[in-house]
Amino acid sequence: MKKLSSAQVNAFNMTTRELSCKLREIVADGSERIEIHNTCGQRYIGTGLGAVQLDIYGTPGNDLGAFMDGAEITVHGNAQDGCGNTMNAGKIIIHGNAGDTLGLSARDGKVFVKGNVGYRTGIHMKEYHAQKPVIIIGGTAQDFFGEYMAGGILVLLGLNLQEGERQKANFIGTGMHGGVIYVRGKVEDFQLGKELGTADLNEEDYDALGKIVNEFASYFGHDAQEILKCKFTKLYPLYLRPYGKLYAY
Amino acid sequence: MKTYLPPKFIIERDQYRCTQCQACVSQCSFDANYYDAEDDEVRSREENCVGCHRCVVFCPTNAITVRENPSSYRRNESWTHEAIEDIIKQSETGGMLLTGMGTDKGYPIFWDHLLLNASQVTNPSIDPLREPMELTTYLGQKPDMVKLTSDSTDIETEITNQIKLDIPIMLTAMSYGAISLNTQESLARAATEAGTLWNTGEGGLHPSLRKYANNMVAQVASGRFGVHSEYLNMARVVEIKIGQGAKPGIGGHLPGEKVSLDVSATRMIPQGTDALSPAPQHDIYSIEDLSQLIYALKEATNYTKPISVKIAAVHNSAAIASGMVRAGADIIVLDGLRGSTGATPKIIRDNVGIPIELALAAVDERLRKEGIRNKASIVVAGGIRNSGDVTKAIALGADAVYIGTAALIALGCHVCQQCHTGKCAWGICTTNVGLTKRINPNIGTRRLTNLLNSWSLEIKDMLGGMGINAIESLRGNRLHLRGVGLSDTELKILGVRAAGS
Repeated sequence: MKKLSSAQVNAFNMTTRELSCKLREIVADGSERIEIHNTCGQRYIGTGLGAVQLDIYGTPGNDLGAFMDGAEITVHGNAQDGCGNTMNAGKIIIHGNAGDTLGLSARDGKVFVKGNVGYRTGIHMKEYHAQKPVIIIGGTAQDFFGEYMAGGILVLLGLNLQEGERQKANFIGTGMHGGVIYVRGKVEDFQLGKELGTADLNEEDYDALGKIVNEFASYFGHDAQEILKCKFTKLYPLYLRPYGKLYAY
Repeated sequence: MKTYLPPKFIIERDQYRCTQCQACVSQCSFDANYYDAEDDEVRSREENCVGCHRCVVFCPTNAITVRENPSSYRRNESWTHEAIEDIIKQSETGGMLLTGMGTDKGYPIFWDHLLLNASQVTNPSIDPLREPMELTTYLGQKPDMVKLTSDSTDIETEITNQIKLDIPIMLTAMSYGAISLNTQESLARAATEAGTLWNTGEGGLHPSLRKYANNMVAQVASGRFGVHSEYLNMARVVEIKIGQGAKPGIGGHLPGEKVSLDVSATRMIPQGTDALSPAPQHDIYSIEDLSQLIYALKEATNYTKPISVKIAAVHNSAAIASGMVRAGADIIVLDGLRGSTGATPKIIRDNVGIPIELALAAVDERLRKEGIRNKASIVVAGGIRNSGDVTKAIALGADAVYIGTAALIALGCHVCQQCHTGKCAWGICTTNVGLTKRINPNIGTRRLTNLLNSWSLEIKDMLGGMGINAIESLRGNRLHLRGVGLSDTELKILGVRAAGS
């Protein structure tokens, strides 16, 4: 593998704007990999930087990788709200938990979360041909997981659940009209939005899921085969037009 | 189920003039005219007529008259025709009544109660035909003070990105999908030629319109359709859409039938699925969150674009606007009660929001009182019908206006309020390939630039009459306005004195 020219930034006491200017400067100087240390709440890290590798130590602030276009971000800790907001391309790997609205309106790219996530993960994620965002969560999610989802793939593993314990989220996929959600373990009908159908996974599903889980396992030191052994449920939208009958013309 | 609805319009065909040419049959996209081959006669299905006048205009012998159905129910001030017929429709469908355009209710139009001043004796009026008259408008944050260099030849203060408009009239947000591509191209080209801006609406940018990106406002709304960094960076202004005057507080559902192959490519969603824009933006639940998105967009465009935030004019607009400015908006857009749309529940359109004149006056006043009026430009939209409305809006405190319905009327719209059906016979609010050809972008551009030119001439005439030679001098100059037929409270909110005082 080609060695990337790298740089380090100490984000201690830096404002969001100072850090973002610094990062732009470093990228303009030709660095392809940047380590950011002592990160403490600075927002929009990775926004507007293009295809660069970022290793973040500490806790990045909201909107990490918002409108991101090809960066690869590894967070060695937790992420906050709005991570991957409207991201267009790239990858975010979080070795911890993430907050609300992870991957809101994402259009492409991948997000891997080792731990748990907050509310409205993958809300209004969409897809178009080859652009198909993927979000996989190792732990559990809060309510409205995949709300308004219009495309892409969401995977909820719940690896930290006890044997037989059901997923935490309610209102899963409310308003969903595109894409697919794979949930590992137990999820009851009452936890699902009324626009969803459930099915067992077919070969194609296992194919897609296998690739995602393998990549997930490789980042966080899991055994992919062990994860895939458990039963998964496929959640899919019943209607392309969930609200088509709402109106009188 | 047999419908109890009577036809809304009567189509009268003068048999002496009619040549059975069937132009009306091919022009009607609502199937209201048909040819009866057996009798060799053109006839009408009046129950389908929406009163769009396409057949009237295109009948080569002027044989057609369309008029409102004169049949009336027993007179009743409470149970009007509309009230009765809305219930009939609902009892036959069980759905929310959907409609298009702005509200047609008789809410007060304050523009018609405001009058402009003119110079007489004590100061000379200016003849714009012979003297230069300035309509140039700059949108964006203005500094608190301007400091000159020591030799006074240049400005030392750093001026943030300003958007120069040759006229204070912009073409408002109308997405591709809601309107046809030819319509959007007409708007984009006219804006470019007239030195003003057009707005993508929430539908992304079609590749064929990229060449007009330098005059484009790129909208970012709750569905985030077609939003990516290239789109944001191409635009002159990025606009966050929170709300719309025709449907404050609710989202939008572009029906799957309108999501054609080309629309799907522009919005970047699969063909035939509903394009659902959620009611709120789910990353904005507060002023602090708005600020977060404003700065996310500034980061995504490296602080090169002014960020505009558009809200519907509602009860607390003044306080909300103050928050928007403090959140970092460079431009705030207020869309009033009479604002239009491609589709909205009728009950929302006709009952929610406040008139733009009151909202504008309240917001301008509030920002002035708080000393932050210079931090953002104010743009108003929703029911601007002529250059008089534009001039009064500027005197009331707006920096510029957005026009939508007026621009569509220039293109052929007859305000029949059927935008939501996707069957627009004028080829404007439709993605039906056969119908969209009815707008020729060359002609459309000309009609729009003509309109903008007419209004510019008229504004200059009004300014000259007031003895003012730059629109800048009229901005927020409410002494040039007087109110007629308004209550004391209304005058107070508008910040305008009664005519005669």
